[in-house]
Amino acid sequence: MENQTNVRGIIKKNLANDKGRFVENLMPRVFLVAASISILTTIGIVLTLILDAYKFFSQVPLREIFSTKLAPLSANPSFGILPIINGTIITSFIAMCVAIPVGLTAAIYLSEFASDKVRRIVKPIMEVLAGIPTIVYGFFAYSFVTPLLLLLIPNLEAKNALSPGIVMGIMIIPLVASLSEDAMNSVPNALREGALALGATKLEVALKVIVPAGFSGILASFILGISRAIGETMIVAIASGSSKNFTFDITQSMQTMTAYIVEFTSGDAGSGTLGYYSLYAVGLLLFSFTLFMNLIAQYILKRFREEY
Amino acid sequence: MSCEIEHKGTFNTLLNINKIKKNLTRRIMIDKIATMIFFGSTLFALLVLGILIYRIFTQSIGWLDLQFLTSTLSIFPEKAGILGAIIGSFLLMIIVAPVTIVLGVATAIYLEEYASKSKFQSFVKMNISNLAGVPSVIFGLLGLTVFGRLLNLGSSILAGGLTMSLLVLPIVVVAAQEAVRAVPGFLRDASYAMGASRWTTIRKVVLPVALPGILTGSILALSRAIGETAPLVVLGIPALILRIPTGFMDNFTALPIQIYYWTLDAVLTREYANLAAATIVALMVMLAMMNSIAIIIRNKFQKRY
Repeated sequence: MENQTNVRGIIKKNLANDKGRFVENLMPRVFLVAASISILTTIGIVLTLILDAYKFFSQVPLREIFSTKLAPLSANPSFGILPIINGTIITSFIAMCVAIPVGLTAAIYLSEFASDKVRRIVKPIMEVLAGIPTIVYGFFAYSFVTPLLLLLIPNLEAKNALSPGIVMGIMIIPLVASLSEDAMNSVPNALREGALALGATKLEVALKVIVPAGFSGILASFILGISRAIGETMIVAIASGSSKNFTFDITQSMQTMTAYIVEFTSGDAGSGTLGYYSLYAVGLLLFSFTLFMNLIAQYILKRFREEY
Repeated sequence: MSCEIEHKGTFNTLLNINKIKKNLTRRIMIDKIATMIFFGSTLFALLVLGILIYRIFTQSIGWLDLQFLTSTLSIFPEKAGILGAIIGSFLLMIIVAPVTIVLGVATAIYLEEYASKSKFQSFVKMNISNLAGVPSVIFGLLGLTVFGRLLNLGSSILAGGLTMSLLVLPIVVVAAQEAVRAVPGFLRDASYAMGASRWTTIRKVVLPVALPGILTGSILALSRAIGETAPLVVLGIPALILRIPTGFMDNFTALPIQIYYWTLDAVLTREYANLAAATIVALMVMLAMMNSIAIIIRNKFQKRY
């Protein structure tokens, strides 16, 4: 009996406890502040890019921007953006030529052909491949892939677009493979069994049933892969060099947008110069490209998701 | 009559045994070839990983020793070491870990416990998945402007740490969200039924149960941060720091930065490539250790309800 009154007393005491109620009301607000940080980060990125890019665009005529002459450090500087856009597109294209076929076929293999045992071994290794820092891939491209390619292509320059493109593709394989595999795994077994019962071979099931059914997810994985390739920095900064020539020759050195940013900040362009603001203009363009790609991928996933 | 003939015709083409047989051997052969090609491309990815690790390991042999790990930079490659970079990376993590874990977990709790299924939640979620796709150089530009110049932190450990924190925050938020969501409803219900308030339930029930998932995600985020190079280069973190940093406002260098500049300088001095390889091995060993801790936590402490 005494115990009971004690408990009741404690409850009453606790209910009257203003401190507890204060904390109870305070915590959601504290958490809200934390949740706002991520939104503030986005706003911060957009603002810093736009404000400093504006200073660049207000001083450089559009005709100069859309020219092929990029010479930010010369006595008579010129800020044509086309060479680095060209470099970005070419290296990304090479990367996707590696990542899409290998990633997709590996995904088909893991999802449709491999035994559980193989899958259990291969998937963690893919995760390791995905977890290797890109600087390591950059070193690999420069110190191994370029010399290797030199044996096949004698007139390859020490810094070129081909080698980092291939290595970037290898880096993206796990991304494409795991996202595509997820998409294929989510295709219900009934479809697989139905096709097999009709006498289709495993390959026919994979190519005519599973891949079409999971196509939205596979396409999204390609787009996310391209977005990764466009935004990738260290591999191209190391192995592709800093030549600002406008060229389509993949055996030559080319600079990408990301490598331009990295070269310039680690160079001697001080704050307030046109070269410094050009970083933000390139950054803004890069941000818009990747954001656009990511939004498309999200849209495809949402819009074309097959519900079974 | 004509109808019957038609039926007979389709029947015959349907059961054209010879044609089926001929097709079948071809189809099975294509299937086998394709299986081999698919397996080959899977093998290719694994093979590259093997070559990468083998190459870097053999290049580092003879260079990665105790002297390399415990001495500072030198103009002579034989005497150069990465003690400064190791300490720099370590101090960087000391900033990134608490900032991302506190912010990430708090964001996840708000999204899952307080703002569940609200418009705000879907907005923040979309925002986070887009942030995760922003190239790391862009975070470097953000850090350079906001932390480096606006808050006047320059190229200090604090500036680098805060920039890295923002970069890996989405990883922690997503992992913590999943961990919090995986806490079964009946545990919450039981806590409420015993008269516990919302905050008490979160503090004493949800967080302890979600802790292994949160820790695993945080370690993965840290292992991303420790190898990330581009934001640090953009912030102007130099490789040539002879003094070992002692405080968070000091200038510093980090392992990936060291690898970057040594690789660039390998054109001039060939030994620098070996130094870069040795630094990579040191970095990869650190990463492997962090990842194994994450796997151990995941396997050992994760309960299934």
